[in-house]
Amino acid sequence: MSGVLSIRGVSKTYDPEGASVEALRDCSFDVRAEEFVAIVGPSGCGKSTLLNAIAGFDTVSAGEVHLDGRLLAAKGRAPRPGPDRVVVFQHGALFPWKTVLENVIYGPLRQRRLSRADAEAKGLELLRASGGLDSVAASYPAQLSSGMQRRVEIVRALMNDPAVLLLDEPFRAMDGFSKSTMHQHVLEMHRRYRKTIVFITHDLDEAIYLADTVVVMTTRPGTVKQITRVNLARPRVPEMLYSHEYAELKRSAAESVHEEALRAFERGEKEQA
Amino acid sequence: MKRLFRRLDWRGAVSIAAFVILWTLLARLKAPGFAEIPDPAAVGRAFWQKYLPSAAYWNSWVVSFERVTYGFLLAQLFGIPLGLLLGTRKLFNEVVFPLVELLRPIPPLAWVPLSILFWPTSELSIVFITFIGPFFIIVINVHDAVRGIRKEHLWLARSLGASRETIFRRIILPSVIPAIAVGMTLGIAVAWNVVIAAEMIASDAGLGRLTWEGYVSHTGTTVIIGMISIGLAGYLSTLIVAWAERRMMPWQR
Repeated sequence: MSGVLSIRGVSKTYDPEGASVEALRDCSFDVRAEEFVAIVGPSGCGKSTLLNAIAGFDTVSAGEVHLDGRLLAAKGRAPRPGPDRVVVFQHGALFPWKTVLENVIYGPLRQRRLSRADAEAKGLELLRASGGLDSVAASYPAQLSSGMQRRVEIVRALMNDPAVLLLDEPFRAMDGFSKSTMHQHVLEMHRRYRKTIVFITHDLDEAIYLADTVVVMTTRPGTVKQITRVNLARPRVPEMLYSHEYAELKRSAAESVHEEALRAFERGEKEQA
Repeated sequence: MKRLFRRLDWRGAVSIAAFVILWTLLARLKAPGFAEIPDPAAVGRAFWQKYLPSAAYWNSWVVSFERVTYGFLLAQLFGIPLGLLLGTRKLFNEVVFPLVELLRPIPPLAWVPLSILFWPTSELSIVFITFIGPFFIIVINVHDAVRGIRKEHLWLARSLGASRETIFRRIILPSVIPAIAVGMTLGIAVAWNVVIAAEMIASDAGLGRLTWEGYVSHTGTTVIIGMISIGLAGYLSTLIVAWAERRMMPWQR
């Protein structure tokens, strides 16, 4: 069993030329193995900062991040990304100069874990299981829709057999139809591959619908405001969005989210002034 | 090639035909300013009788093409690595970039006198001037492209296990290829601009020189044949560069 993530008192202060900005303050929560956690908060609340700390792209100013008992991040520790926690970004980050299959096998080849032939076989298999994407294996990313691009990115991450999958608002720029298709896809991937998922979003509906646990963050400095367990049954189906339980869950979290959204908005007004 | 033919549909032919007719009329009627300008038929005749069979004429093509090729290729050869160094090495950038910014605004033709004084042969000085134009263009394009590489790409490459050297070779290099292509497109045009002017000033051969000699000897047909030849030569080089760019970027269309 792997993918147990522990965020303990994580703080992060950026200090660009003296104007220090406190992005995160004393953030703590735990993620069980195979759990789907959604982190919700207004724009600029430090959600991505937290994700970057977990991914090993940035340092933390205080606190610790552990993955399966291993220390990932602490004050004064150089950030170290790794194939055990791969990020899927908001705008996507497939390498445009590589074909779909080359993108997918990049990790195992760089880590010298698989031969090219084995990596290609595994890649094609995962692509096929991901809605028949093996048919576009030889295409370049620019030739795919954004929904297909994100699915390829998820495959690229899964190729490394990561302990945790980090999704940074991956469906933000999509229209409603593509978005709900992608929701079903992510739920299916989670059901099938049993990975721990940390999913960042500013959309409460999306968070409740997908996750086992919804973490609501405050506006800057970001800290944990509320943790809601989502007791909706799995598999999740769109009808649940109209259920009584769903409405209750949304009511309990919505107030916190709205408070923070309002605070973020007012602060934005002040900063503009 | 497809683009070339698509442009030559009947609408385009109309304006070209109108241009030739107007030119013929103005030249025949000796309109103001047209006293020494031959009509298209005279140009065509001169080309057919004097230039098509002339080795000296075709030699001008070869000479100019050689100069452009050397200047252009040397600019890529030195400019691409310099742009990459400026983009990836902070200390190198801090030391060298101010010098680049100081020299860059000097137009290539302003280098002509110094170049003639410095280089032992006029051939070398012309190639050098032809080099200057595309050189700064490619340096700036590559430099900007390196700085514009998406940090997500670099992060992901590291997540997926790429080493520092691998990231340079497999992420940074391919990321700047589109900028190199843009630099090449702009650079080849500048190279032709510069070589023609440099030949008029400082050479005894080449298409620029041919055109200039036409002027000096009051031979209107030569001037016009020179101009058309230069246009064709520039267009040919653009096609070659566009072909090379498509080969460099199979992922774009």
